[in-house]
Amino acid sequence: MPEIAAFNAIAAGIEPEAEKVQARATLAGPRGRKPRRALSGRNIMVYGTLIVVALYYLLPLYVMVMTSLKGMPEIRLGNIFAPPLEITFEPWVKAWSSACTGLNCDGLSRGFWNSVRITVPSTLVSIAIASINGYALANWRFKGADLFFTILIVGAFIPYQVMIYPIVIVLREIGLYGSLTGLIIVHTIFGMPILTLLFRNYFAGLPEELFKAARVDGAGFWTIYFRIMLPMSMPIFVVAMILQVTGIWNDFLFGVVFTRPEYYPMTVQLNNIVNSVQGVKEYNVNMAATILTGAVPLFVYFVSGRLFVRGIAAGAVKG
Amino acid sequence: MAGHTRGSGRPNQWLRNLNAKLASIPMILTAVVIFLGGTIWTVVYSFTNSKLLPRLSFVGLDQYERLWAAPRWLMSVQNLAIYGLLSLIFSLAIGFLLAALMDQKIRFENTFRTIMLYPFALSFIVTGLVWQWLLNPEYGIQSVVRSLGWTSFAFDPLYNANIVIYGILIAALWQGTGLVMCLMLAGLRGIDEDIWKAARVDGIPMWKTYVFVIIPMMRGVFITTLVIIASGIVKVYDLVVAQTSGGPGIASEVPAKYVYDYMFQAQNLGQGFAASTMMLITVAIIIVPWAYLEFGGGRKRA
Repeated sequence: MPEIAAFNAIAAGIEPEAEKVQARATLAGPRGRKPRRALSGRNIMVYGTLIVVALYYLLPLYVMVMTSLKGMPEIRLGNIFAPPLEITFEPWVKAWSSACTGLNCDGLSRGFWNSVRITVPSTLVSIAIASINGYALANWRFKGADLFFTILIVGAFIPYQVMIYPIVIVLREIGLYGSLTGLIIVHTIFGMPILTLLFRNYFAGLPEELFKAARVDGAGFWTIYFRIMLPMSMPIFVVAMILQVTGIWNDFLFGVVFTRPEYYPMTVQLNNIVNSVQGVKEYNVNMAATILTGAVPLFVYFVSGRLFVRGIAAGAVKG
Repeated sequence: MAGHTRGSGRPNQWLRNLNAKLASIPMILTAVVIFLGGTIWTVVYSFTNSKLLPRLSFVGLDQYERLWAAPRWLMSVQNLAIYGLLSLIFSLAIGFLLAALMDQKIRFENTFRTIMLYPFALSFIVTGLVWQWLLNPEYGIQSVVRSLGWTSFAFDPLYNANIVIYGILIAALWQGTGLVMCLMLAGLRGIDEDIWKAARVDGIPMWKTYVFVIIPMMRGVFITTLVIIASGIVKVYDLVVAQTSGGPGIASEVPAKYVYDYMFQAQNLGQGFAASTMMLITVAIIIVPWAYLEFGGGRKRA
């Protein structure tokens, strides 16, 4: 499996970072060359570059926040990098509760709750199914399982556009096209390759003796899953959750293809608010709405820290 | 790999391991019906003249001829080529340089990494809208530089058809280079410290060690990253929708948007299928040689 190797390489490289750095530090200890002065030319260059780069990365976030706190007259007069002279939270209130998309003027809150109603069940269902799949593939392999798994992984590289229309037809046939349930199914389908891979690798890495001992004691498929595998695998479940919550929250394409306007997720609604042609552009409201939409994945990112890196290293394989 | 075929002596082939088979039904359905079946379905219907509804009346390569004669498709392909090539080069170069800087045993490494990676947590829609605002000619970077006294300064990529794709590239690089940096840093950390010591003993300058020793050693990481970036590039869609909606005119159209617009807005399914089949072929051209190079020939790892 190509992706497994890639994933393992990535995961292996990222995990033990801290120890390695420490090992290096001890190795370099007293035996190395004489300690450099803190303000050597090299240090100035390295830190200087990194600080400039960091400022560049932070700049858009800074501008977003500043713009969202200004009133429109100030935006028209001032420059986007200047902090607000007069802080106002009105744009935030308007973005949340009364910004318009077409004829609807109930703000982003509708999109937010739609996204919650999409993200929570999609995350739970996709993880439940993928973890059981991964468990079956790792511990209960049956004839043909590897073939299906290979198709699944290769499928992860196929552009979504190729599979969208057939899914529309299938969902229409079973009467779920346009509904939240339909979108949840779609997220479960497209989350399956990467999650199954993640869980399969994790379960395969657990000591086999555990599994064997449980078998000898008479435990079956489900008992072993719920009583042994599940409690032992909380870290990987958290990684999968981070991956799914951010991925599904940030999705745009599936939201716009598979739901009706009243169920549009936050990203779709945000785009409709900002890029609607009618009316005067209110840049402060737009930026407040943008921050609100980005807030959930950013929160997940800042809270989860290193686990997020692991999650995206796995998720990046998805492409 | 822990799994073996278990209980191979038992009777009744089909009922053996029944729970595992039942539990795998979602995976089997997804793999066979959606991924395999859906792909074949789309490819087959790309040879029909389906308009509003899919119909099985074959017209040979008509859709493809029409596709490759459409100015909008040609523009999409050209944009994707420019965007793809530049975004590959720049993300690898920037990602590697940043990773090399981060690997200098610096302090506050976690802080720097957190800052460089946070854009990756944001969606393409959010990224596109922020950069649309920053690149706004009336209020954004252009106006700020002009107000500093350089009144002829022009930087309005999103409103200039000739350079609009570079405006999208800037946003994409801001969003994605942090991830490339992380992958590269993982690769650098995987390299044996003794290599560095040996190079230092031999008095080889640091940049030479990187170019002639470290980068060749990181071939695997580079290829993996390349494939990750490349398969993401082909799918670029949301970013363009948010930043420019394909404009000005058709100047920033991309294939994925062509597919969506023809399938769901222009009611011209045949064109959409043909265009999405072309996307599939593009991905295959990237993935197949890579898979062959890395794992091809015999099944070494099986």
